[in-house]
Amino acid sequence: MIFSINLFADFQQIWQVPLLQHAFEAGTVIAIVAGVMGYFVVLRHSAFVAHAFSEIGFAGAAGAILVNIAPIYGLLLGSTAGGLAIAALGRRVANRDTQIGIVLAFMLGLGLLFIRLYPGYSTEAYYILFGEILGISSSGVLQTLFFGLAVLGAISLLYRPLLFASLDEDVAEAKGLPMVFLGMAFMLLVAVAVSISVQMIGVLLIFSLMVTPAATAQYLAKRPQRVIMISVLIALAATWSGLFIAVYEPYPVSFFITSIVFIIYLGVRGWNWRFPSRIKSSKVRKAGS
Amino acid sequence: MQSKIITAENLAAGYPDNTVWRDANFEFGRGEFIAVIGPNGAGKTTLFRLLLGLQRPISGSMKIFDAPPKRGNPQIGYVPQRHVIDSETNVECLELVRLGLSGKQWGFNPFSHKDRDAALAALEGVGATELAHRPLGALSGGELQRIFLAEALVSNPDILLLDEPLSNLDLRRETDLLHLVNDVVRSRGVTALLIAHNINPLLPHLDKVMYIANGRVATGKPSEVLTSESLTTLYGVQVEVLRDPHGNVAIIGVEEHHGDMA
Repeated sequence: MIFSINLFADFQQIWQVPLLQHAFEAGTVIAIVAGVMGYFVVLRHSAFVAHAFSEIGFAGAAGAILVNIAPIYGLLLGSTAGGLAIAALGRRVANRDTQIGIVLAFMLGLGLLFIRLYPGYSTEAYYILFGEILGISSSGVLQTLFFGLAVLGAISLLYRPLLFASLDEDVAEAKGLPMVFLGMAFMLLVAVAVSISVQMIGVLLIFSLMVTPAATAQYLAKRPQRVIMISVLIALAATWSGLFIAVYEPYPVSFFITSIVFIIYLGVRGWNWRFPSRIKSSKVRKAGS
Repeated sequence: MQSKIITAENLAAGYPDNTVWRDANFEFGRGEFIAVIGPNGAGKTTLFRLLLGLQRPISGSMKIFDAPPKRGNPQIGYVPQRHVIDSETNVECLELVRLGLSGKQWGFNPFSHKDRDAALAALEGVGATELAHRPLGALSGGELQRIFLAEALVSNPDILLLDEPLSNLDLRRETDLLHLVNDVVRSRGVTALLIAHNINPLLPHLDKVMYIANGRVATGKPSEVLTSESLTTLYGVQVEVLRDPHGNVAIIGVEEHHGDMA
């Protein structure tokens, strides 16, 4: 395909190719889900846990390939089982980096074994590790949409209690919020979000959609709903432009997405550093008043 | 209107194999300001956990409005002891206060003006209107305590539990916050229990004091409880209460785990 300066015509052309169309559709769903869940991951300091899920999911996916099941189911099984186990142990345990690190290293090793045991060629494993959206089928898109809507539906129901429990654990507990349930629900939703995002970005690059957009958005807004919106917009922008560039350049989509979110992050941090924003300006106002 | 808000009879607290304190009897009425003092580890926070229904008494009875304590009691506003607030938490104060009101509700209701107005009114009530849109992570210790107080008051509770709100505050902020709590207690008729390390700044405001140490609880008017005789009788060891010309007290003789001045 040849790039023209007329982006509209470019998109029309891209849309004619089912392979690319599917990639854009799935990518859109994934970016929205990852952008939303990313906010709670960042707020709850669960980035490491999210990464652990994706690596536990890798073992599941590699196992699924071995027994001829679609990798997404192995991912879902691995990451949700891991998520529920960590949630059952409580949030204070969920922040224990050492134990989680020990388990995820083992899981990664297990995944490696499964790949070696698989008699065929191991591109699938490479795809799970680094993502490959350009191969997604129309049923894969529907699957992604289904899981994506499930996560978004659940999060809109849990929104306030989860936000409260994440921001102010002690008061939320005293107020009678079901903390264990909320912790489990959160882990489960992260696990599903990770599993569908892995198709796009891969197990090892999961942070670029689940952490960077939300972390960047935190520098741009203070109201959770606004942060979530900006986070989604960044994830969408990165996914769309990453896919778009990948149509014309022979390099992996994942590379472009990780680079774009990183550049946006650096830009926002740089901007904040150069022009200290509202935080300080309101302090100045207060001092002056 | 009910005069007795909190009552306890022969209350014992702690864990099955480890009683923290026992034989506590007390009654608190509407609009009373009570200081809970005592050495670290004496069981001050345990008292709050009992009131919040997070822990059950080992024996004896405790009633809040004639009912046993239960978790999620909307009649209680609670400010837990917090050592650090994550400086990266870029969430505006108004949002936290709003969650104090509606954080228990399922679903999301982003543009509720009723919630927003109630949260703004609570912030105004603690003199923190100008902090409404500041991020939590950028606040000083004293400002944070005001926000937590607004978060606790936004649901209009009858009882306010404040766990060491004065720690990490300098003298001026400490005085400011105490005046604020006192104003809230007097104007709203809230019954407030405040855990503190140092009783002296509190003395001008208090109705009652609860002194927890060595597994015992003494409750009453400060002038009655904080005397050498009453504490000596209670603890069965010689306790000396010293007073300086300004009315400040120092309690000597009760086992101090970390050498704090009560």
